[in-house]
Amino acid sequence: MNSVDPREAISRAHRDEWARVVASLTRRFGDLDIAEEAAAEAFATAVERWPADGVPPNPGGWLTTTANRKAIDRIRREHKRDDKQQEARLLYDDDPAEPADAIDDGRLRLIFTCCHPALSMEARVALTLRMVGGLTVPEISRAFLVQETAMEKRITRAKVKIKAARIPYRVPSAEDLPARVSGVLAVLYLVFNEGYLATGAGPDPVRHDLTAEAIRLTRLIRALMPDDGEVAGLLALMLLTEARRAVRVSASGELVRLDEQDRGAWDAALIAEGHRLVRERLAAAAAGVAPGRYQILAAISAVHTSARDPRDTDWSQVVALYDQLVLLDSSPVIALNRAIAVAELDGPEVALAAVDRLAQSLAGYHPYHVTRADLLRRLGRGQQARAAYDKAIELAGNTAETAYLTRRRDQLG
Amino acid sequence: MMYLISVIAAGAGLATPDEMAAIDVFNDRLNSEGHWVFAGGLAPPGSATVIDNRGGQSIITDGPFLESKEYLAGFWIIEAADLDVALRLATEGSRACNRKVEVRPLR
Repeated sequence: MNSVDPREAISRAHRDEWARVVASLTRRFGDLDIAEEAAAEAFATAVERWPADGVPPNPGGWLTTTANRKAIDRIRREHKRDDKQQEARLLYDDDPAEPADAIDDGRLRLIFTCCHPALSMEARVALTLRMVGGLTVPEISRAFLVQETAMEKRITRAKVKIKAARIPYRVPSAEDLPARVSGVLAVLYLVFNEGYLATGAGPDPVRHDLTAEAIRLTRLIRALMPDDGEVAGLLALMLLTEARRAVRVSASGELVRLDEQDRGAWDAALIAEGHRLVRERLAAAAAGVAPGRYQILAAISAVHTSARDPRDTDWSQVVALYDQLVLLDSSPVIALNRAIAVAELDGPEVALAAVDRLAQSLAGYHPYHVTRADLLRRLGRGQQARAAYDKAIELAGNTAETAYLTRRRDQLG
Repeated sequence: MMYLISVIAAGAGLATPDEMAAIDVFNDRLNSEGHWVFAGGLAPPGSATVIDNRGGQSIITDGPFLESKEYLAGFWIIEAADLDVALRLATEGSRACNRKVEVRPLR
């Protein structure tokens, strides 16, 4: 017993231990559903007991032991009439306690299982936030503006498929690893972007809970796979983006563009950490390791966040990085972002020509219309700019962005 | 654990000699690595007959139970330790027969 504030201890344990507990139980009982339920019950028990009994000296160990008991209770209940099966299941109970690094390995297994390519992207996101992140179903539903029952069903269906199709609970083989890691990163980047560019009718233009959760999970993967360049790249990209969060939306709820942000209000600690990671990857690239797309995106972000004044931005460097990115990813969205940098280097006319070539593939993508509107405005083509703003406002789903675009449109002569 | 790999074809057209040769190579591999359970190619869906004897009086209908552009053209039943192994084999099977495939576990 000690004098730690039990409420704080519980939320810290939830943050630090949830995934460990779920991973260790999944390994022991071979069943995500049992692991999730037992972990949730163990935390509920802690909420009841810790304030009265005091915080145990080893909260993680206490939670794992309690969750194990809950899981065994459930299995006993379910197999009351099936003694043989009960016996077989409870043999697992004799497993020796896992060493610390095996538990970390367990969390990695858990992440790869939740992000398995045989699950739909929506299911991967939900399952990862629930099993690894420890978010509750109501929290996940709120974040994605989905009804709770629908979200519950999505998670249940994924768990059933994992069991029925025997999606393995392990770190993929070396042969599959690069593709699978990039699948995990795609899930985390999606969670981050959903937080950063929140869509839908929700009033919050940025959902900090989601960006923070995405960063926390990416940090975890970074700790588990410290040698993976793309993991470092994605973490850097998230940190350099998150650093600008506070000034990205004005007091009146309007989006503030990168070149209009108060750079002094950026989070210097996050930027320093992001720059450190980018430098680490640049050193690896100099040693001949070709960077992946997250590393290049992070490097672009590092160029922007290195300029104290937007006029000091090294646009030739930005364009050169986009040239590198286009070789890896020929998607029109990358080409659009490259054109935005080209506008700063070679002028809006050259950029507009490049943007107009994307008309067919990006007609339904609002940043395409935002970019066109801005270039047309700079070229003094007011009427066309207005039409492009109208289209952009119609397609934009984010409240802060709509407010910004409306003002921009109304400023046209 | 056993998995059914269904070969999904669209339009008429049997496997070409090249595809047949690639399928033979794949089958040999399934055999030598202990994954092989059973496999077969199916005659065109137009040759199917549906029987419904649920009500005690059997009804016979000409044609497949589902009319669609895509149809089941053949299948493998394989033995695999888990879905990752099954997916890897199915990926090779798809390339060998040059068709889409679906992987589904047997209960």
